[in-house]
Amino acid sequence: MTVSVGPTPVDPTRNGSAPANAVPATASPAQTLRPHAEDAFAAELAALAAQDDRPRPARWRLSPWAVATYLLGGTLPDGTVITPKYIGPRRIVEVAVSTLATDRALLLLGVPGTAKTWVSEHLAAAVSGDSTLLVQGTAGTPEEAIRYGWNYARLLAHGPSRDALVPSPVMRAMAEGTTARVEELTRIPADVQDSLITLLSEKTLPIPELGQEVQAVRGFNLIATANDRDRGVNDLSSALRRRFNTVVLPLPETPEAEVDIVSRRVDQIGRSLDLPAVPDGIDEIRRVVTVFRELRDGVTADGRTKLKSPSGTLSTAEAISVVTGGLALAAHFGDGVLRAGDVAAGILGAVVRDPAADRVVWQEYLETVVRERDGWKDFYRACREVSG
Amino acid sequence: MNGGKADTAGPLLLGVRHHGPGSARAVRAVLEEARPDAVLIEGPPEADALVPLAAEEDMRPPVALLAHAVDEPGRSAFWPLAEFSPEWVALRWALEHKVPARFIDLPATHTLAWEDDEGPDPGAGDDVRVDPLGALAEAAGYDDAERWWEDVVEHRGVGEGDAMASFTALEEAMTALREEYGNGGHRRDLVREAHMRLRIRAARREFEDGVAVVCGAWHVPALRRKATVAADRALLKGLPKVKTDMTWVPWTHRRLSRTSGYGAGIDSPGWYGHLFGAPDRPVERWLTEVAGLLRAEDRIVSPAHVIEAVRLAETLAVLRGRPLPGLSETTDAVRAVMCEGSDVPLALVHDRLVVGDVLGEVPATAPAVPLQRDLARIQRRLRLKPEAGERELELDLRKETDAERGRLLHRLRLLGIGWGEPAAARGGTGTFRETWRLRWEPELSVRVAEAGVWGTTVLAAATARAEADAVGARGLAEVTGLAEHCLLAALPEALPTVMRILTDRAALDTDVGHLAQALPALVRSLRYGDVRGTDTAALAEVAAGLAERVFVGLPPACAALDADAAEEMRRHVDAVHGAVGLLGDAPAPGHGKLRARWQSVLRALSARDTVPGVIRGRSVRLLLDDGELAQDEAARLMGLVLSPGTPPADAAAWIEGFVGGGSGGGLLLVHDERLLGLVDTWLTGVPAEAFTDVLPLLRRTFSAYEPGVRRTLGELVRRGPGTRGSTATAVSGTPGFAPDPDTARADAVLPVLRLLLGLDGDGGDDEGARDEPAGVTA
Repeated sequence: MTVSVGPTPVDPTRNGSAPANAVPATASPAQTLRPHAEDAFAAELAALAAQDDRPRPARWRLSPWAVATYLLGGTLPDGTVITPKYIGPRRIVEVAVSTLATDRALLLLGVPGTAKTWVSEHLAAAVSGDSTLLVQGTAGTPEEAIRYGWNYARLLAHGPSRDALVPSPVMRAMAEGTTARVEELTRIPADVQDSLITLLSEKTLPIPELGQEVQAVRGFNLIATANDRDRGVNDLSSALRRRFNTVVLPLPETPEAEVDIVSRRVDQIGRSLDLPAVPDGIDEIRRVVTVFRELRDGVTADGRTKLKSPSGTLSTAEAISVVTGGLALAAHFGDGVLRAGDVAAGILGAVVRDPAADRVVWQEYLETVVRERDGWKDFYRACREVSG
Repeated sequence: MNGGKADTAGPLLLGVRHHGPGSARAVRAVLEEARPDAVLIEGPPEADALVPLAAEEDMRPPVALLAHAVDEPGRSAFWPLAEFSPEWVALRWALEHKVPARFIDLPATHTLAWEDDEGPDPGAGDDVRVDPLGALAEAAGYDDAERWWEDVVEHRGVGEGDAMASFTALEEAMTALREEYGNGGHRRDLVREAHMRLRIRAARREFEDGVAVVCGAWHVPALRRKATVAADRALLKGLPKVKTDMTWVPWTHRRLSRTSGYGAGIDSPGWYGHLFGAPDRPVERWLTEVAGLLRAEDRIVSPAHVIEAVRLAETLAVLRGRPLPGLSETTDAVRAVMCEGSDVPLALVHDRLVVGDVLGEVPATAPAVPLQRDLARIQRRLRLKPEAGERELELDLRKETDAERGRLLHRLRLLGIGWGEPAAARGGTGTFRETWRLRWEPELSVRVAEAGVWGTTVLAAATARAEADAVGARGLAEVTGLAEHCLLAALPEALPTVMRILTDRAALDTDVGHLAQALPALVRSLRYGDVRGTDTAALAEVAAGLAERVFVGLPPACAALDADAAEEMRRHVDAVHGAVGLLGDAPAPGHGKLRARWQSVLRALSARDTVPGVIRGRSVRLLLDDGELAQDEAARLMGLVLSPGTPPADAAAWIEGFVGGGSGGGLLLVHDERLLGLVDTWLTGVPAEAFTDVLPLLRRTFSAYEPGVRRTLGELVRRGPGTRGSTATAVSGTPGFAPDPDTARADAVLPVLRLLLGLDGDGGDDEGARDEPAGVTA
């Protein structure tokens, strides 16, 4: 009855949802634009595996403890330095790894720019040594991408058989006992999402056309990522939610960390867009980050005054785009220096998503916080100008 | 007592962590095994007399031993005891087995006096204080002392092996620590330990070695140490003393968890209580309890969730290298499995279970709480006897005693002790007068006892209560009321907290109506504060901030309102206008131009078409009254609204807003015939079918006028358009007045005026004298 699809090598390029370079063996990491985690950090993974003497769950390449070390960084007894992959609360990684170890599916939630995909890729690389069993969720993701499809030429020529079957990444992960990944779970249509429900609880995937089924091998697990502020896309049904342990990835904890992330990304983007370098932008970046953090957290940086929060997410990613936009303005139309006026319009656009409610929030913020703040006069004036 | 061991070890020294459930279990196990003849507990010996009360039926932990100076109830100290405190377990064990229990720490009579002696400056000692557990935990490779203690001591199963083993191991560790750190900077500890040693010695003379001592682990090596009686006595010589009294007071889990004040600094009393109370499988039981709570709050949590949460918690514990899942593992598991990663339901779990709502009880026979004494003393001093019969009390707040009486009554009301109820003043309504109806009901004594948890003096208790009320208040209005009450009761200490909550609530409240309602009360408080000489700078600042928020929120909130909502909003506009007027004089740095900004808001309101007519009309009127809008401009705006393009109902609403209600609008129409003319022309132009719609509105507007005004208006209208025409052309004079003064009529009042001003000659006063009376008689 039960058939394993494992040994037959399947060409993943036939599967629409898998990335073109899904087989690490065929593509040399040196040529690819961005190598997979397991290739980029192969040395670290090998060093960890060599020195890992703790018990490993079935088919895990590393023990849970070593997986956590791989993500959080550290120094091994032999002096190998493991670079931190995720900078954030230790608790997050520990819960995520433990979830995978208890064979529960893991759902990583967070606003854009909180490293959901990054964490999921590295987890899969460390646990299974393979981060390529990936379903990239879109509004057009079909059920075949999660269950299986057919090679219609074979199907017509030889009739239904295992050879004519095109397994999905999830099916392959089940057969091989490795980690599958689903990106942007909430973008997948609800009926397609539902095919995950029984798959995750029964850990079997029936193939009624052949009268067969694929049973998950020990070690199989699934990591999904989703954006928790994008309400109304395709919210997860509670039945599906119950199958997951949920970990919310937080926004950067300290203002300094966030300023650092924003300025680093802005620098990279600016270079790839060939924007002229703008000197002394750091003060303005700090200001943008401060405004975003204060409105997002609903409290001023000094913790003294509470604020209303607008309906937008105000994620770090948006702060980056505000600053980039401001840089473009300053470079092309201004005097080359990033000034309050260059970012004011961008901030207004990011904050005021709902014209009625958010405008009040923004004006209150301007009048009660910005106006009184030392050294923010120029910013206040610029904002008043664009707010009208 | 297990003979052989006692010979070498002397008394049974049980070093515990205060409020540690694992310690409590271990203490009980050891006591069961060793069966000592007496139990000595770290605590003030004055409480020995109160020990039997702990055995009573209605004594339910958490409770606290309260010591206070007899002459100064404000000076007090608490020893909180929870169900899971080792000290409480030892106490109960002794009572159950009819074995004497005694407290052996330094008497409160010294410790209370000490606090006075050294004042609030133990700072130097604090700096060098070592955290004994922190040092041990660090040596064991833990970053968190609490966790280390939990893993090593609290999470040990009880029953297997020698119950005494953990105490022995801990004592060794503490001995090593104290060899290194000495007294660790707690200089008072030496004196306390000397006293404990003396008491233990006394007990051993009485009970031989059948003595068990329950004390903080830190003290064990010092108690074991051999010291001469003389040396110990020398240490205790010449300690300051103060007359003290002790009693039991009820305590709560929430207060145990408070790190400041009288709290015991335990973050998770509910969790500890659970660890202590659960017979087995604490994690499973805890997560089931959490699931029950979440279910009661309508979250779908199935047994499968509980299973998965337990598995996750256990895996996390393994990953973190802990013997058993602790609170942090179970919390992480609850968040990931049951709460979908959200912290919101988790906050509920923390509040209800991890901290918990447990409220202790003490028997009615417990001695009086200091609050009662304090109240009795104040009553004597103010000559305000509690009487069962009802009587009225008039207070003149300008007199010191009366002002204090008023404050006392306000404070008691805050504490829920309704001895006096404010009554309507019989005399004047001046702010310096208060009338109270007094009546002392017997149950008020119970209320006083209950209020004892808030503090030891009326002032401290009322302050603590006001702060707690502010934190728990739901609406903005509730907090403003509280702020007012704080001023009346003169609780300056509570005011910062109340103000902070008020600012927070105001910042988060999205309903401008609430803000507008809160503002007048706040401004009123400001004025009261002025009368009573309270420092109201903070209050003025908050009021100004509130006003700013109203300014920002009001224009959007005025759009698209129905008739009732518009009428309500008009009242808000009036209230804010009044408040801003009063506030304009109050000092509030950074908010200097409040009045100007309010006027620009009014101007925006008056010009916006989506704003209901009644609000637009009122805005124009308020601007006109303030002299911010010229008569001509007002007339132009009125003409605009009353022109045929505006729906008649809207125009009528505008008129109501402009001259309606008790705003003295009638007189305005009487004096400015141009405005009256506009209304008249408009009214005659209203089409017949619309007239019936407009009529009720107009009736409401005009029927509120005084009869005299109504009659004058009628006469003016009857006089017809001729007069109006002439005033419209008279550009030189004030509208509503004849172009030239009527000197003959004006001269008639000159003698009276001269008399009033005390003038002999008739010099240059004519000019002023002519205008003013003319306005009155017109």
